[in-house]
Amino acid sequence: MAKPASAPAGAFFANWRQNIIYIGFVVIFIAFALTLNDKGFLNPNNLLNIVRQTAMIAVMAVAMTFVLSAGEIDLSVGAVAGLATVTVAMAIAVAGPFGGLLAGLATGLAVGVFNGWLTTRIGIPSFLTTLAMMGIAKGVAMWISDTAAVPILSPSYSWVFGGGSVGPVPVLMFWIALIAGAGHVALRRSGFGRRVLATGGGETAARYSGIDTASIKFRVLVLSSCAAALAGMLYAGRLQSGRFQLGEGDELSVIAAAVLGGTSLFGGKGTVIGTIVGALMIGLINNGLILMGLEFSQQLIARGGIIILAVALSQKRR
Amino acid sequence: MTAPAPIAVRMTGISKSFGGIRALDGVDFEVFAGEVHALLGGNGAGKSTILKVLNGVHVPEEGEIEVGGQRLAAHSPEAARAAGIAMNFQEMSLIPTLTVAQNVFLTREARDARGMIDDAESVRRAQAIFDMLQVEVDPDALVGDLGAGQKQLTEIAKAISQKARVLILDEPSTALSVSDVERLFVFLRTLKAEGVAIIYVSHRMDEIARIADRATILRDGRHVITAPLSDLPIDVMIEHIVGKKSKGLADVARGDVTRGEVLLELSTVTGPHKPEDVSLVLHRGEVLGLAGLLGSGRSALARVIAGVEPAVAGEIRIKGRTVAIRRPSDAIAHGIALVPEARATQGIIPAHSVADNMVMSVVGRISPRGFVDRGRVRAIADEMISRLSIKTASRDHAVSTLSGGNQQKVVIGKWLATGPEILILDEPTAGIDIGSKAEIIRLVRELAQAGKGVIVISSELSELLTACDRIVVMADGRAHQVLDRAELDDPAETNPEHALQAAERRLQVEIQKALSIKEASHG
Repeated sequence: MAKPASAPAGAFFANWRQNIIYIGFVVIFIAFALTLNDKGFLNPNNLLNIVRQTAMIAVMAVAMTFVLSAGEIDLSVGAVAGLATVTVAMAIAVAGPFGGLLAGLATGLAVGVFNGWLTTRIGIPSFLTTLAMMGIAKGVAMWISDTAAVPILSPSYSWVFGGGSVGPVPVLMFWIALIAGAGHVALRRSGFGRRVLATGGGETAARYSGIDTASIKFRVLVLSSCAAALAGMLYAGRLQSGRFQLGEGDELSVIAAAVLGGTSLFGGKGTVIGTIVGALMIGLINNGLILMGLEFSQQLIARGGIIILAVALSQKRR
Repeated sequence: MTAPAPIAVRMTGISKSFGGIRALDGVDFEVFAGEVHALLGGNGAGKSTILKVLNGVHVPEEGEIEVGGQRLAAHSPEAARAAGIAMNFQEMSLIPTLTVAQNVFLTREARDARGMIDDAESVRRAQAIFDMLQVEVDPDALVGDLGAGQKQLTEIAKAISQKARVLILDEPSTALSVSDVERLFVFLRTLKAEGVAIIYVSHRMDEIARIADRATILRDGRHVITAPLSDLPIDVMIEHIVGKKSKGLADVARGDVTRGEVLLELSTVTGPHKPEDVSLVLHRGEVLGLAGLLGSGRSALARVIAGVEPAVAGEIRIKGRTVAIRRPSDAIAHGIALVPEARATQGIIPAHSVADNMVMSVVGRISPRGFVDRGRVRAIADEMISRLSIKTASRDHAVSTLSGGNQQKVVIGKWLATGPEILILDEPTAGIDIGSKAEIIRLVRELAQAGKGVIVISSELSELLTACDRIVVMADGRAHQVLDRAELDDPAETNPEHALQAAERRLQVEIQKALSIKEASHG
């Protein structure tokens, strides 16, 4: 075999702990392909389903990568996505698809500014701010919708936001690609991304270097809420309705996707590509466990175990 | 004579207080363009504070700053940088999760045509700076993976990459090899020739003598003298630095030494980073001091003995028996207690009560059947409060309500509760007022008289001289010599204050000598 190619490959495997997510993804994929082939795992439709089910998690997880990299956390994303489905659906009913789009963005912006303001100006840790916001967002969503589903009767909205497909490729795939590409470039190549990583890597040092760390934290929290609202818009489009239960509990999958992908919960380290693969891996595991015919209770246990195993393997040995 | 150089920095009447303590009191400070200006002073003299004021990190209560003839309107790091001031922060401004090049150019990243960050270009520029300095640092390495010396070079590269008109170097050489320091000096001379004003802080008089043109000495937050270096031979410098700050310590009597059996013996002990090849002996009833500058390996030696960073070579004997100290619990089991340097993070839990802090290390011992014996807790706390005369409203008050000196006594009490025979105190009086300092020193003497062996680390030489019977002078991780405290006294001097000052000057000279021995041996 040609030797030159083995050098980067060697480096890849020498840092196998760092790259465990990619290795794990391939290993699990092959395992499912071999054991679940007769149940239709490799059927293109099934594979595209994985993408459809993962899209919202992936969108939120890209923003979560920024939040975690800055040394903060956002627990409110699932509830904010749910709230956004309701506000979008209600706005479409009175103002059409474009009004719905604006309502969704406004929801994300409002929640994000509030989260950021409480965290950076009042000084409440983002863990608490967003934990409280989780309840508030869900409560508001239940209240304004009377806990009922709000139908969306705009085919064009539904097509763009999650329902449509171009040939065999679901529109959601384009959303993933768009958000992942923008997120990757922003984190790796923009001044903003570098400041985010610096803030999470060493806040005092970042401040001494002339970085306005409070403003960085404010902005990542706004970014995260806006991404959550976008995820809500995708939920609403895909299911043609707004419901407060949509997105419930997603914050755990979102954080797990980012951490599986190699983003540090302690800040300073993050990769958008890893996060996307982490999100796909969670979707892959969910799909495989369902095809295996496991009960929901068993799925929960197996999924938890696999995530713990993957994160444990990625830890640096002391 | 050439025409007087233009003034690069003029600070007038700068005052700054922290929590009622005056760190700077009407200080004037002036630096010319194209000179290396040494800023000297002991611990707490106000060097760091005035530099942080100049650099915009601290806002002064009074005073004005002019840079290049322009009055600084705002006090912020951004304003200082805009005025052309760059400073290294003793590793404070590096982000461990970014690479060397990313750190050097943080917030000033190289951009490509589309405005995106161009890391490859940053790496090239960082490499160019290191080439210019002729030092070996990998621009692609993660800062968190670097050793202290490489971090320091990264800090320096970060400061000089800003092409500042005023370059502040705060102890840039503590972790550098002799040859790296030499190359840094060559570079500083080039910068100087280009008209850059360089403010250089160091405790190493030999370095100052080689690189600086003028020096300003601060003491107790006040300006003492500014003069060309030719007017400041080393002994004069030391005299100005030491001044009369020994006041309050001079009246602590050292009492008689009744040196007992050998408690602790190290032979050629080497730690994971430092110390190197240290041998020493500690007797029952004596106080042994470790003197040396930052980075000399004093605290590292303490950590080795206490099992925090176990020794990699050499032998540790306790009362003649060779012991293996692999972790802190081994050391505690052998009767060793370390009162660590950072009181707030390593010594106490501020929100917990005096009593709860005091029993923290002996909870297992006073909890038969798993329940904490409240009576024993009260007994231990009350005993320590009276024995160490800790001033607290009650044993149930939170430690955070106590003064710094009394907090330190709580930490000492906590370790005394374990019944140690060997007590190591790392900077026990850092951040404590002078009255409490004398009290802590007196306490150290009493512990030794009660039959314990005590090791004291302190950057304040007057304290070491007051507390110790013997002093080990350390430099570069090695123990250079052991001085008998009595040898440093001048029998003719009867005024205790003057005697202490004289002894401090002598110890200073010995420490500086140890540094130059290191330089000679490195050749």
